Amino acid sequence: MRFVYVTLKYLAVCLWSVFVIAPFLWALSTSFKDFNSVTGGATYIPWLQFEPSLEGWRVLLRSPAQGGVNIVEPYFNSIFVTCSASLISIALGTLAAYALSRFTFKAGFIKNSDITFFFISQRIMPPIVLSIPFFIMLGKLGLLDSLFGLILVYIVLLMPIAVWIMVDFFNKVPKEIDETALIDGCNPYQAFYKVVLPNSIPGLIVAGLFCMIFGWTDFFFAFILTFTEVQLLPVAIVALNSSITPWWSLSAAALVCVAPLIVVAFIVERYLSKGNLSGALK
Amino acid sequence: MSLKVSNLSMKFKDEFHLNDVSFEMSKGKIYTIIGRTLSGKTTLLKTIAGLTNPDSGEMSLDGVDFGAVPVWKRQVAMVYQQFINYPHLSVFENVAFPLKQRKMPRPEIDTRVRQALEQVGLQGFETRKIQALSGGQQQRVALARSLVKEANILLLDEPLVNLDYKLREQLREEFKNIFSAKASENAILIYSTTDPVEAMQLGGEIIVMDEGRILQQASAQEIYENPKTTKVAQITNDPAMNLFEGEVVDSTLVLTSSIHLDLPPHLAALPRGKYTFGIRASGITLDSDGFEFQIELAEISGSETFLHLQHAQMHVVGLLDSVQNFDIGQTVTAGIDSKSLYAFDKSENLVASPYGGTK
Repeated sequence: MRFVYVTLKYLAVCLWSVFVIAPFLWALSTSFKDFNSVTGGATYIPWLQFEPSLEGWRVLLRSPAQGGVNIVEPYFNSIFVTCSASLISIALGTLAAYALSRFTFKAGFIKNSDITFFFISQRIMPPIVLSIPFFIMLGKLGLLDSLFGLILVYIVLLMPIAVWIMVDFFNKVPKEIDETALIDGCNPYQAFYKVVLPNSIPGLIVAGLFCMIFGWTDFFFAFILTFTEVQLLPVAIVALNSSITPWWSLSAAALVCVAPLIVVAFIVERYLSKGNLSGALK
Repeated sequence: MSLKVSNLSMKFKDEFHLNDVSFEMSKGKIYTIIGRTLSGKTTLLKTIAGLTNPDSGEMSLDGVDFGAVPVWKRQVAMVYQQFINYPHLSVFENVAFPLKQRKMPRPEIDTRVRQALEQVGLQGFETRKIQALSGGQQQRVALARSLVKEANILLLDEPLVNLDYKLREQLREEFKNIFSAKASENAILIYSTTDPVEAMQLGGEIIVMDEGRILQQASAQEIYENPKTTKVAQITNDPAMNLFEGEVVDSTLVLTSSIHLDLPPHLAALPRGKYTFGIRASGITLDSDGFEFQIELAEISGSETFLHLQHAQMHVVGLLDSVQNFDIGQTVTAGIDSKSLYAFDKSENLVASPYGGTK
């Protein structure tokens, strides 16, 4: 019985691995193909039987004048905007979440849960609703087509995610930990950064990951709030498309695009393990 | 050094958490606050610590207003019933935390932390992570952290309640020695519990609380011998003191139509009339010359058996000094030791006690 269970378990894991890894292998294989290999197909072994070509990767580095789409600058723009917006969102969102978790706010019928919902509701709205107000506001501030303008917009979009995740996380951190820190001589700010924050690292990592994913993959606002001066990666990749879909360079671009997220996920994976709070309260 | 608390009150949604609480505590003593769950024990401790603010009332330490001092500047330490530690720090760092906050020199921190860990029996555990410790060890770390501060007031909020029976018994004995040593350092120790055995074992002075109000404050012996009211008698006894109606008629005590007892000397002076009588489980035991009772339940606890007995309208708990099985509904004969009876008046105040205490 146990043998059957273990076999089924490993089979399920293998199937899931194929499901997860196959698209990457497919993209990797396609990125080294040329027009003929993609459209012609393989005679015997799909994915492996083709004449390797670096054309798909070269296009990403060539300037538009040379018939390519230089993604280096958009790439670093995306990294800068995503990291800045994520960090600021996490910093502000964590403070807001701590306040919502630990203090009681009441203004008429509005309570803590309503304020938390207000934050989350910003994400429920379709982005198109926000696009015109953002456009007008950034226009008036002279921040259209600028990295700073994009960072501001992304903070608005990412902070609700940080607040949502961190409120839930702080609610699980026993209040008695803060109280013990106060009794042990910390003022409320010290209790927050010396005790509560170090014990909230898994929550901060999750919130940070979500912020980075949402920021990194946004196309809509990156598209409508920039013109010629500033370009982010998703917009640059779309510019690759032409009358004939260049699957090879699109695949290379997709791999380049997803690489930072995979690297970040591998780095923070160990912090995501459960049990970091055990021992605080038993 | 003395802690004086005057008329502390705190209300939440029309419910008193503290109701006109006043007392004075002096250094070098262990004070045990006993009360049922939600009787206001934790609220009182948190108020002394400065974690909650009372609606009214005053607190002073050596005559200096204590209520206005922020938590982090009060010289108090507290151990919770949950094992509260800092999970991101090692055992050593946990205990050193309050000293580092005071910016104490490193060598002194080292010495004091090692002393505190030795006191609670955790030497050799310095580098361990909190998660790697058992519940009892985690609570020892919390206690070491509270001891290392050398605070003026040490608050212990049911520190043993979440431990299993054996460990509780073991730590109770160990902690008692630690507390006695601590108290001798001129600190005020306040220990809260729901367990009468624990309260009596710790000795010192007992404060009995119910619904945010102090019912009685006296030495453990005085509380045991002369519980001021029926509520105190129930809260400070495990199992709770048996209470039943009865009447003093001439020289007889009439408890039910068929249970008549000779009036014992300590009740002889009572004016004739109706009273509420109380007796501990140990005062009711199997006796072939006693009265017929039906067994409602028989609970074996260690080497003793608690018998839940019924006779007409009377429901009592008796004690057997041995382990024995009984069938529910079985008829047994049990005696009531009239010399152990307490008498309470209509207002439920003590009027006569086997130990001589009266209203």
